[in-house]
Amino acid sequence: MSTITSKASASTSTARPPRLKPERPVWDEEPGTVAKAGKFVVLAVVVLAVLGPLYTIVLTSISSQATITQAGGLVLVPGEISFAAYQQILSGGVVTRAVLVSVGVTVAGTALSMVVSILCAYGLSRPGSFAHTPILFILLITMFFSAGIIPSYLLVSGLGLINTYWALVLPSCISVFNIIILRGFFMGIDRGILDSARIDGASEWRTLTQIVLPMSKAVTAVIALFYGVGYWNAFFNAVLYINDSAMNPLQVVLRSYVLQGVSVPGQVDVGTGAAAGPALQMAVIVLAMVPILMVYPLVQKHFTKGVMIGAVKG
Amino acid sequence: MTTGTERQASVPLQDGAGTRTNETLPKTTTPGGPSRMDVQAAGGVPASPRTRGGLRLRFRRDRSLVLMTLPAVILLGVFAYLPMLGNVVAFQDYSPYIGIPDSPWVGTENFTRVLADPDFWHAVQNTLVITAFQLVFFFPIPIALAMLLNSLVNPRLRAAIQAVVYLPHFFSWVLVVSVFQQIFGGAGLLNQSLRANGFQAMDIMTNPDTFLFLLTSQAVWKDAGWGIIVFLAALSAIDPAQYEAAAVDGAGRWKRMWHVTLPGLRSVIVLLLILRLGDSLTVGFEQMILQRDAVGAEASEVLDTFVYYTGVQNGDWSYAAAAGLIKGLVSLALILTANKVAHIFGESGVYSK
Repeated sequence: MSTITSKASASTSTARPPRLKPERPVWDEEPGTVAKAGKFVVLAVVVLAVLGPLYTIVLTSISSQATITQAGGLVLVPGEISFAAYQQILSGGVVTRAVLVSVGVTVAGTALSMVVSILCAYGLSRPGSFAHTPILFILLITMFFSAGIIPSYLLVSGLGLINTYWALVLPSCISVFNIIILRGFFMGIDRGILDSARIDGASEWRTLTQIVLPMSKAVTAVIALFYGVGYWNAFFNAVLYINDSAMNPLQVVLRSYVLQGVSVPGQVDVGTGAAAGPALQMAVIVLAMVPILMVYPLVQKHFTKGVMIGAVKG
Repeated sequence: MTTGTERQASVPLQDGAGTRTNETLPKTTTPGGPSRMDVQAAGGVPASPRTRGGLRLRFRRDRSLVLMTLPAVILLGVFAYLPMLGNVVAFQDYSPYIGIPDSPWVGTENFTRVLADPDFWHAVQNTLVITAFQLVFFFPIPIALAMLLNSLVNPRLRAAIQAVVYLPHFFSWVLVVSVFQQIFGGAGLLNQSLRANGFQAMDIMTNPDTFLFLLTSQAVWKDAGWGIIVFLAALSAIDPAQYEAAAVDGAGRWKRMWHVTLPGLRSVIVLLLILRLGDSLTVGFEQMILQRDAVGAEASEVLDTFVYYTGVQNGDWSYAAAAGLIKGLVSLALILTANKVAHIFGESGVYSK
């Protein structure tokens, strides 16, 4: 990538017509107008298909009752803005509790997953160490054969974890795939650095926390995002293991309000100036999106690095 | 057992990748296991039993590494391997009130019942149809999109589009289905504007006949963008000199795509195809559960939902476990076969032997 650009910019300075874009390599002819227009249309459609629905949902969630009625449902053109829907669902009640449950499970679960995964990935990052291959096999086999829903359910209920938050954390605590990505990165760290740490008397624990981890911020951030998103989005585990509606995470509440047509509390008293039904529904959808939209931009730029390394070394 | 571990563990040593200290070096030269001399030369530790000295030494050296893997191994042991053993209920007439140890054994009766059940085969058929459909209408999209993005010369525009198309992958299925509901549902944006312009409203979210298209478009919306990441990585690994040489030889845009780009993507495409084929029997479980009420069980019953509804919902545990076990074993066979085929065609596949 960097070689392409550097080569291209070098050639611009010598013998290239200035009209061309500087990044285009010399051998590549400029595409025709039709091709360019086609490309533009396709990419515009793709971007719109992703952002369009999100735009109208967010806009509807912050629109006033009058604007929503006028638009006949979803709002496309911004009208009167009102945050009544958020005030309503976040001032106690089912949605508020569900948000708290989801945040708690996500934060605690991600922390636990990261500790376990980093330790395991580092422990396996040195081929030839004691029991390295057998342990790796124990991990990899689970990628090829999974036990199935029924025995997993019987196990969780046998352990007495039904209707506990542990059931939302422990069964999905580690992803072998994530461990393999981390391990691939750790294996790529220069051996000389680790050896010199060892010669200076650092234990493995110290090497991991003070040398390896600070060098692996990007990949750790990506894996933490993967785990965090997994916990935040977990839906079926909650359906399976949680029967107490007070313990439901946000995804389950979202389903009952938006897909199963259960009315959001407060939705009925439209006349009293409370937020309209659509706005409330949209607000719940937006709540389910917000943490992802907040963390995603920070981590997104590291994706290619993290995933590429996993793909190459895994 | 000991020799087995020895042999396996020393395989990576042979290529020199893992020679972390001098102690391990002599081992590679003595395939029969470490002799007393090797061990003494290495660390001066008196080796009492001839064959175990090396192991013990290596354990002493690596015990913190082994200890680090322990939490993950324990979690996997409990939540992945114990349930594998739990599959014994498939051979029982299991009742939760009696428990696994005391439930009566019935041999393979559950399996014969499952294999004679038309509902099971209906679920299999649905699953395979969805897989095949998505293989044709989902699988190529990320490849095309990646090549399109790769052809953009402006790196900032490219990064911006990447950031947008990756995003829906991080939404939950509940969220994705909710978004579709708001756009295409009975009171959604599409029908709202159709009605406003005097057209008949369209029934998309609850129509079992078009459910296959709905499922696939949801999957495309959520994951096609994310799918390009691997292809982009593979594309950036193609040596630009190849394009340059092809261009010098007079190959046009399409010729270069056919003879340089696609061959460069070949092994990644094969790898993902294997993974998808190995996963043939797993399709959109959460998607199905979420939309079962809307389109009915007939259209949305796949293997996983069959297992879930017969087992957890109807309490026919052993029967469902048998169906689940069949699915797991067939999936395993599928992925091993697909990988074998990849090896025959000279690709590296998921694992190499």
